Amino acid sequence: MALLHVTSPHMSRAGDTGSVMRHVLLALIPGIVVMTALFGWGTIVNIIWACLLALGMEAMVMRLRKRPPMFYLRDCSALVTAVLLAVALPPYAPWWLVVVGIGFSILVAKHLYGGMGYNPFNPAMVGYVVLLISFPVEMTQWAAPAGSIPDQAPTLGPLSALAASFPFLSSTPVDAFTMATPLDVFKQNDSLMVDELFASSPQFGRFGGYGWEWVNIAFLLGGAYLLYKRIFTWHAPISMLAALALMALIFNDSGSSASGGSPAFHLFTGATMLGAFFIVTDPVSSAVSNIGRLYYGAGIGVLIYLIRSFGNYPDAVAFAVLLMNFAAPLIDHYTQPRTYGHKDHKSHNEDRGPK
Amino acid sequence: MNAPHKKGQTWDIHGGIHPPENKTQSLGKPIMQAAVPAQLILPLSQSIGAPAEPCVEPGEHVLKGQLIAQAAGFVSVPLHAPSSGRVTAIEDRPIAHSSGMSAPCIVIDTDGEDRWGERTPIADYTAVERTELINHIRNAGIAGMGGAGFPTAVKLNPPADKPITTLIINATECEPYITADHALILERAGDILQGVDVLTHLLQPARILIGLEDNKPDAAAALRDSLRDRPYQVIEFPTKYPSGGEKQLIEILTGKQVPSGGLPADLGIVCQNIGTCYAIKRAVVDGEPLISRITTLTGNALKTLGNTEVLLGTTMQTLLEAHGWQPTPQSRLIMGGPMMGFTVHSANVPIVKTTNCLLAPTAEELPPPHLAQACIRCGMCAEACPASLLPQQLYWYSRAREYEQLEAHNIADCIECGACSYVCPSNIPLVQYYRASKAELRERAEEHIKAEHSRQRFEFRQERLEAAEREKEAKKAARKAAAAKRAAQKEASTPDGDNSAATAKQAEIEAAVARAKAKKVGIGQPAHSDDNEVGN
Repeated sequence: MALLHVTSPHMSRAGDTGSVMRHVLLALIPGIVVMTALFGWGTIVNIIWACLLALGMEAMVMRLRKRPPMFYLRDCSALVTAVLLAVALPPYAPWWLVVVGIGFSILVAKHLYGGMGYNPFNPAMVGYVVLLISFPVEMTQWAAPAGSIPDQAPTLGPLSALAASFPFLSSTPVDAFTMATPLDVFKQNDSLMVDELFASSPQFGRFGGYGWEWVNIAFLLGGAYLLYKRIFTWHAPISMLAALALMALIFNDSGSSASGGSPAFHLFTGATMLGAFFIVTDPVSSAVSNIGRLYYGAGIGVLIYLIRSFGNYPDAVAFAVLLMNFAAPLIDHYTQPRTYGHKDHKSHNEDRGPK
Repeated sequence: MNAPHKKGQTWDIHGGIHPPENKTQSLGKPIMQAAVPAQLILPLSQSIGAPAEPCVEPGEHVLKGQLIAQAAGFVSVPLHAPSSGRVTAIEDRPIAHSSGMSAPCIVIDTDGEDRWGERTPIADYTAVERTELINHIRNAGIAGMGGAGFPTAVKLNPPADKPITTLIINATECEPYITADHALILERAGDILQGVDVLTHLLQPARILIGLEDNKPDAAAALRDSLRDRPYQVIEFPTKYPSGGEKQLIEILTGKQVPSGGLPADLGIVCQNIGTCYAIKRAVVDGEPLISRITTLTGNALKTLGNTEVLLGTTMQTLLEAHGWQPTPQSRLIMGGPMMGFTVHSANVPIVKTTNCLLAPTAEELPPPHLAQACIRCGMCAEACPASLLPQQLYWYSRAREYEQLEAHNIADCIECGACSYVCPSNIPLVQYYRASKAELRERAEEHIKAEHSRQRFEFRQERLEAAEREKEAKKAARKAAAAKRAAQKEASTPDGDNSAATAKQAEIEAAVARAKAKKVGIGQPAHSDDNEVGN
């Protein structure tokens, strides 16, 4: 009788790519809750709309590529891309902004490059950068965090949030109360000492952006959960945070008007923690070895600081990540770990010898 | 070689995994004795190296322990009759191989008497010649019992420039489910240590380390209890798969890594499996060749689980049926463990010297593999790899058939332990890709050697042809010169005989010089002319 023929190993650890992605989605919840508390329901509307679009587009592409859509949708990677882009967009972003962003993320950055696992660039960040460059006005309209201005109206609830993003659904126009982000204000400042700036502008909290401190702490918590679950290793995120903090320390100059901002300010303002634990850790577009990921993370940390302080854009996570995505193959080339029984790291060139 | 370090100190290896052990179900009972089957099928090749050459004829009656096939060369082991009976055939039979192939086997119909032939114990092995003792072990047909099956005697003959300082006895048994070594230690620790004594006598190492995982404290205790005044160290280290790989165990116990492409002997180390030590004791002290082994029978598809001492050549079918196995076409039968073992195509294949385990799982126990998803480069495989490779890079290069990159990423150092596949969240059969790539690389290397040979043959032929051509030309020239000389002679008629003789001599010398010149040029030129040839 012919028996079942299977190659070794015959055991495998429980779990699949889908479960990895679901852990990531779970870890995003604290950050999303804090953002909703601060900015109202705009974030939730963004997320739901982005997820629907991403699933629809992924299914469509899979049908076009003649693959079973459900098998690929189950890996939840489209959902992760959608949620990451959605939380990076300003709450109450117009509906079409999300369509363009997700379109670029899923159709161009992911599937035109070969689909899951083959994309050299982080899809969510590609979508984000396309939007930032193409629609700078819509992309910089951030809602004011609740409580930053004493007599501010309450943040928008679910229905008003829906109406703000889909104006054609409502007869009366709804507008969220917007203001410049703390990184923006900090960048524009050239006359006030850092202490004075913190005291005078509603954008600032204890050491970071008002409210943004909590957003960052929430994403940090989610990241700690993923580290604990061993979804990724510490190398890339910690290296990025350390490099960013180090750069901030070097250029801090004890808080003059020319200061670049303290390490705490940079770590807990803007998209730092979201970037460190949810973007930099995207395995597909990062370096592959642990040593490589140290360089990769550090490069992103340095670039974030440089672009934030000396570039034209207030925040820089997306640009920094994309630039280092370019560098990942080069890093891989030079950071191959020492194999068992070999004397040292082998560079590929030495290995080939003369032709 | 003897770096100063704490006695019993261990080192950690990179990577490794902790799969469910599933060892308890086959432990706790004494080792069973499998019945002598009606027929024994003995493949001539049961270990690494050349197949043995039969030295019996069909129809011949053999006794238990009688030599039935001789070693064919240095890296080869002989074969003995596991029971008495009649040789009925020497022919191709299906053997336990992942491809389901057939190979030459000696078939013996047993007579049920199980009558021993002459046994040749060595009363005092310290009194015999070293080479004689090694030959005795070789003639007993012993090959590594841990699963790889490397001829044991070969390892006992280290090169003279590489003295052995450390003897490592591998009792790790890191694969899930397998408990053959464990059971053997619990029951026969004293015998095993006698085998280690023989190895110690042969190799004269400075230290003897017996390594095992800390998941079998009873085995460690049994060994320590039997040590008496022997200076052997029994070293336990944290359980982690694949600590029992030879290279991994050496690093765990000595902190050193076997150089890539090298042998443990390069570090002054010889590593032997604990089951091999037992076989050596049986061969030297009891005079019995290797004709049986301890095999773990496990998996939920069996009714009775445990370890059994079984005659080599017993078919898996016979053995498993006695343990309540009722296979269906969807049954999986694995020889070896769940990590590195392979499925056999049919159970009608014989137990061989390397069959340390038969795993007959139910579909719930080891479900069929999931469909592979896309690699997301998560790097869990690199975390798990005990050889510090980058499995996901090897996977991409294997798919792309980039052989130079595969070699640059040291695919040859992959030990195929399966840790990468085990942790892969996308369920990619990584090891299968590496096996295919390694086979392809081997083929390419052979092709390369072949091509090099034919190139050399071509050049040689080319050179020979040209040399012949030149010789012909030279002869032609000589004939021409001779003809010219004769004509000159005729013309000169006979005015001066002396002169003409001198001219003739002159012409002859010239012709010889021309010949020699042609030859010389012929030797100097061929490489050049061949280049042109190849260029065309």
